[in-house]
Amino acid sequence: PAFGLFIFTIARDPLRIIILIAGAFFWLVSLLLSSLIWFIAVKASNPQDERLQKGLLIFGVMFSVLLQEAFRFLYYKLLRKAIEGLVALSEDGCSPISIQQMAYVAGVGFGLMSGAFSMINLLADALGPGTVGIHGDSQLYFLTSAFMTMVLIFLHTFWGILFFHGCEHQRWWEVAAVIIMHLTVSGLSFCNPLYVGSLVPSYLLMAAAAAWAYLLSGGSAQNLRRFLLCKC
Amino acid sequence: MTELSAHLPQFQHGQLTENFPDTHLSNTNDNSERRRHDNSERRRNDNAESETNGQPQNNVQQVVEHDEEEDEELTLKYGAKHVIMLFVPVTLCMVVVVATIKSVSFYTRKDGQLIYTPFTEETETVGQRALNSILNAAIMISVIIVMTILLVVLYKYRCYKVIHGWLIISSLLLLFFFSFIYLGEVFKTYNVAMDYITVALMIWNFGVVGMICIHWKGPLRLQQAYLIMISALMALVFIKYLPEWTAWLILAVISVYDLVAVLCPKGPLRMLVETAQERNETLFPALIYSSTMIWLVNMAEEDPEAQRKSKSSTYDKQAPANRTQNEDAEADDGGFSQEWQQQRDNRIGPIESTPESRAAVQALPSNSQTSEDPEERGVKLGLGDFIFYSVLVGKASATASGDWNTTLACFVAILIGLCLTLLLLAIFKKALPALPISITFGLVFYFATDNLVQPFMDQLAFHQFYI
Repeated sequence: PAFGLFIFTIARDPLRIIILIAGAFFWLVSLLLSSLIWFIAVKASNPQDERLQKGLLIFGVMFSVLLQEAFRFLYYKLLRKAIEGLVALSEDGCSPISIQQMAYVAGVGFGLMSGAFSMINLLADALGPGTVGIHGDSQLYFLTSAFMTMVLIFLHTFWGILFFHGCEHQRWWEVAAVIIMHLTVSGLSFCNPLYVGSLVPSYLLMAAAAAWAYLLSGGSAQNLRRFLLCKC
Repeated sequence: MTELSAHLPQFQHGQLTENFPDTHLSNTNDNSERRRHDNSERRRNDNAESETNGQPQNNVQQVVEHDEEEDEELTLKYGAKHVIMLFVPVTLCMVVVVATIKSVSFYTRKDGQLIYTPFTEETETVGQRALNSILNAAIMISVIIVMTILLVVLYKYRCYKVIHGWLIISSLLLLFFFSFIYLGEVFKTYNVAMDYITVALMIWNFGVVGMICIHWKGPLRLQQAYLIMISALMALVFIKYLPEWTAWLILAVISVYDLVAVLCPKGPLRMLVETAQERNETLFPALIYSSTMIWLVNMAEEDPEAQRKSKSSTYDKQAPANRTQNEDAEADDGGFSQEWQQQRDNRIGPIESTPESRAAVQALPSNSQTSEDPEERGVKLGLGDFIFYSVLVGKASATASGDWNTTLACFVAILIGLCLTLLLLAIFKKALPALPISITFGLVFYFATDNLVQPFMDQLAFHQFYI
């Protein structure tokens, strides 16, 4: 579905593609830095201690979430500057792309990159021979991974919109809500393989974020009804 | 096939030597020339544009200044479109290379090394290996430099025939021999039985159409497709025959060399551009990838160098005129001229015109461009750039422990580098090397992702945590 989003909404406009790739790049850099920190922590600690390693991993995840949000903020700053430049350049004085569209595209960029990184090795391995969960792990590994990745991609998109909106209107509580939601979702993934605990709340959170983002973007229940009933 | 493989290195050595000089030289020539041309053309175009935007001729003075500003605006405004026009072929080339590497095992087997890299990397100690790879890289780079200088000298003394012949031979080699090997390996991988007659027919058709498309006339899309295929083939050859550390070192050194060659006043590429500008000629078209095309029809008729030009209907990218090893030979003549032609055509809008209009246009001073359509302005990228980008991504996918993560990271890094380079191009408006920024990003991301991110992601996937 995320890829479908990409094709239908982004692939037309070259500017959006650039913003998307740049968003993916920012996410990648944040991942790089967070894995650097984690790597240093691991090297500096005892590799035999399982619990410590797991604890370090959790710490790494949290740190990475914070870094991701920080980079989202940096990207927002960059896009603000870019919009000013574009407005100055354009002929009729208004930017060819609005900040909301940019927020959406940036969110999709982050999401796609994070989803790709989460899934792609799994997909490659899934092509090969093997049995899922042969060592007593859950048999639903692939399915749940796929769903989790999808929910994360969508969440990134919505967070992007919310985050940018919060920064635009100086409503810092929105920004804080996004960060807390991100931390929550990552934290929920810690109780894998107890999938009920992680997937269900994540989807609920996603629905909430979707509704919030939709309302922020100017939609309303009326719009939705008209769209669904195919009125013009 | 083993026999063939054994012969291949020697063959390739021989051919590659020929090609190398061509590519390097052409690239430099092309790039510098192109850029200059493009820049000057662009300025003229903008002027022309503003003139044609409904303003009468007597407002030329006002318009000129206005044009200067508009020029910049338009450049940046349509920059996004040009970036995408370059993204697509680069992406396609990389996708082809990665797909081949992943599926056809031939290109990841060690079957010997090129004659340019005589030192092996299968040594006992790390120090020995490092030394060998440094020596290998040094030899390769010096070969490239020699070739570039040779091309510049040939160009200066107007030995166009030699360059022309060089380009033809290298493109012949690429189109026929390398694609034959490639096809054979693909068939082997998928266990498809094929008789020699069918293969001969297919290769013959492919090669002949390719020669015509690249060096003469042909539909734009087809030309672009052929250039992409040729770059991919060349990149695959590099990936196969360059040992690991040598490959990374060569990538790093080549981006430095590109920077130096294009920007230093005494650099060969710059000299090439200057010479071409003095003679008011275009650089070799065969070595350049142009994103727009319209001129083909026009060029062949009017330009005495039309043949060369038509050969290199490449993507014109102002910034880097990377060497396309094989393309160089052929593209040298065609590439630049084509680019220039294209630019000219772009400026004057899509002219499907008759020879008369062309003659008229050519007779006019460059400023009298009429219906310039900024949208049509193309951007050119040297084929060597394609090749080295693909080599980087291909090596990443072939030898990385992080596998797809690393490949993806390098891909994004290269695209961002390309964006930045184009941005710089729009700001500085002169020929820029396309390699350094992208290759630097790519290398940094490759090593970082492979060593840092991979263990992290592995652990996360193992526990099914999500960040």
